[in-house]
Amino acid sequence: MQQVFTANRLTDGRVVYLTAAGDWSEDIAEGFLCANEDELSDYQRRAELAAVADEIVEPYAIDVQHGPDGARPVRYREVIRAFGPSIDYAVAVSAGAS
Amino acid sequence: MYQYDEIDQSVVDQRVAQFRGQVQRRLSGELSEDEFKPLRLMNGLYLQLHAYMLRVAIPYGTLSSAQLHKLADIARRYDRGYGHFTTRQNLQYNWPKLEDTPDILAELASVEMHAIQTSGNCIRNVTTEQFAGVAADEIDDPRVYAEIVRQWSTFHPEFSFLPRKFKIALTGAPTDRAAVRVHDIGLVLRYDDTGNVGFEVIVGGGQGRTPMIGKTIRAFLPKPYLLSYLEAIMRVYNQYGRRDNMYKARIKILVHEVGAEAFARDVEAEWEHIRATATDLPAAEEARIRAFFAAPPYRQVAGTDPGFAAKRLKDRAFALWVRTNVHAHRQPGYAIANISLKPEGLPPGDATADQMDVIAGLAERYSFGEIRVTHEQNLVLPHVAQADLYAVWQALREHGLGAANIGLISDIIACPGLDYCALANARSIPVAQQLSRRFSDLDRQHDLGELRLKIAGCITACGHHHVGHIGILGVDRKGEEYYQITLGGAADEQAAVGEIVGPAIARDELTDAVENIVTTYVDLRDTGERFIDTYRRLGRDPFKERLYDAR
Repeated sequence: MQQVFTANRLTDGRVVYLTAAGDWSEDIAEGFLCANEDELSDYQRRAELAAVADEIVEPYAIDVQHGPDGARPVRYREVIRAFGPSIDYAVAVSAGAS
Repeated sequence: MYQYDEIDQSVVDQRVAQFRGQVQRRLSGELSEDEFKPLRLMNGLYLQLHAYMLRVAIPYGTLSSAQLHKLADIARRYDRGYGHFTTRQNLQYNWPKLEDTPDILAELASVEMHAIQTSGNCIRNVTTEQFAGVAADEIDDPRVYAEIVRQWSTFHPEFSFLPRKFKIALTGAPTDRAAVRVHDIGLVLRYDDTGNVGFEVIVGGGQGRTPMIGKTIRAFLPKPYLLSYLEAIMRVYNQYGRRDNMYKARIKILVHEVGAEAFARDVEAEWEHIRATATDLPAAEEARIRAFFAAPPYRQVAGTDPGFAAKRLKDRAFALWVRTNVHAHRQPGYAIANISLKPEGLPPGDATADQMDVIAGLAERYSFGEIRVTHEQNLVLPHVAQADLYAVWQALREHGLGAANIGLISDIIACPGLDYCALANARSIPVAQQLSRRFSDLDRQHDLGELRLKIAGCITACGHHHVGHIGILGVDRKGEEYYQITLGGAADEQAAVGEIVGPAIARDELTDAVENIVTTYVDLRDTGERFIDTYRRLGRDPFKERLYDAR
């Protein structure tokens, strides 16, 4: 089982994942998959620093597994965070929406 | 409707400026998340699964057309083109950006709205029933007192750091359309023996982890003493409410632990102690506020409009809509038009920005510019002339707002659930969508009659499952979505907490399980019995046996 760090971005609350370079991406596919304890510690420290720097809020690690379409969270709650609500309803409109 | 004076507007504008400064300091890092979180919660701003969520206060569920147009505008410009009406008569936006929220609050302030105290350990939005001021069975207009309580509770310095959230609801009629018995304080307008108006005071109701029906601590409180008595209740709660465990911190726990009689004695003693100096509302001030809720300039007509009667005979679809969605109005020739936000297969309680604009326009043209929000996540046009009902219905139908299902099984209450909410264990909206599709046949729905189906994605019970005739609670069982069914709950004057019918059921078996329960009702009912009547007569066993023997 591998893990990736996730959080909410401070400015807009969007779900983001910690990349290899230490950035935060909205795409879970770009999240760095920690495969051992050393990597987990290293990226935990980066995540906590990013929280202190007010880039993101409340980071934590989630379990992911490899699927046909790339990394996919194990917990369904995290699947919804990664890919959006399961309901085909919300329609993005106007320049204000993202 | 109440209209802000200079002080009200100044308070709200200053609050926006204050929050703008707080957001700037958060974004610059001057404020940490721990410092900022209680501040943003007091302005109704949550951080949920995907994004921030802003809960806008709709005081006791009343909106003007201008306000609803503004809510639509905000949905378009700052969100994803829709909003969700809640079981506390508020509106939630699911996608605002933190950096935009000061501007959103400024837009709200421009139409006398805000998001103050829609979260946090304070007194929340005061709610009342949606037919206030227009129902034939009303003793007095609860909006007058809801507005008084709203002003008293906003920024009350003594009650801004309560042990936990606090919710007050009022009803103006013996028929409880505001679920007052599952609120921290429920106020029921009553007459005493000599015809004076006052309140039955009910304390300690609530849902969540420990659902309880409120206890009457005072059968009749003369209305001039409303505020001082509320102060006494709040002071007892503030002093003795638990602060060591957030799951034991509501007033219902205090009332339960000390006993209703002892609690009532504590309140009466506190009231005696404070009433000489506490602020009760002078009669002139009550009259001033009451004047805002004067009846609109109705046309004087006698009897039922003949055109309306004829249309009902000619157009079956219209007749069906009238049957469920139109209620009698106290003014001859007028009607209360309910707008269902539960169309087949769509998320209950949601409205698009376009739909909000349509409804605001209909209110402007046909309802003296007024809309109500119900705690069952529907909307109401409270003052429609019977002669205009057909035109209103046609316009609603054209925009996906014509569902003729108020009070029927497809008029489902559902919280946002795991699709949106950080607290949720399971999804509720797709469950509601599947159930509304399964029971879409309107003839069948009418055969089933009044059936209140309520769905919550977690034990916080924002979806009010405890008081559903059929309640559905989402639970997490080893990472899978399961659902616990309760039966026999009720939110009205015969309020009751539903009984768990058996072990939780997997998501893909849930719709069939509800079908099974409904079939049991049909098989066992006496003539004219609603679902809840049959359940009260027979109890849980026949439903449990049929449901679990079949599995």
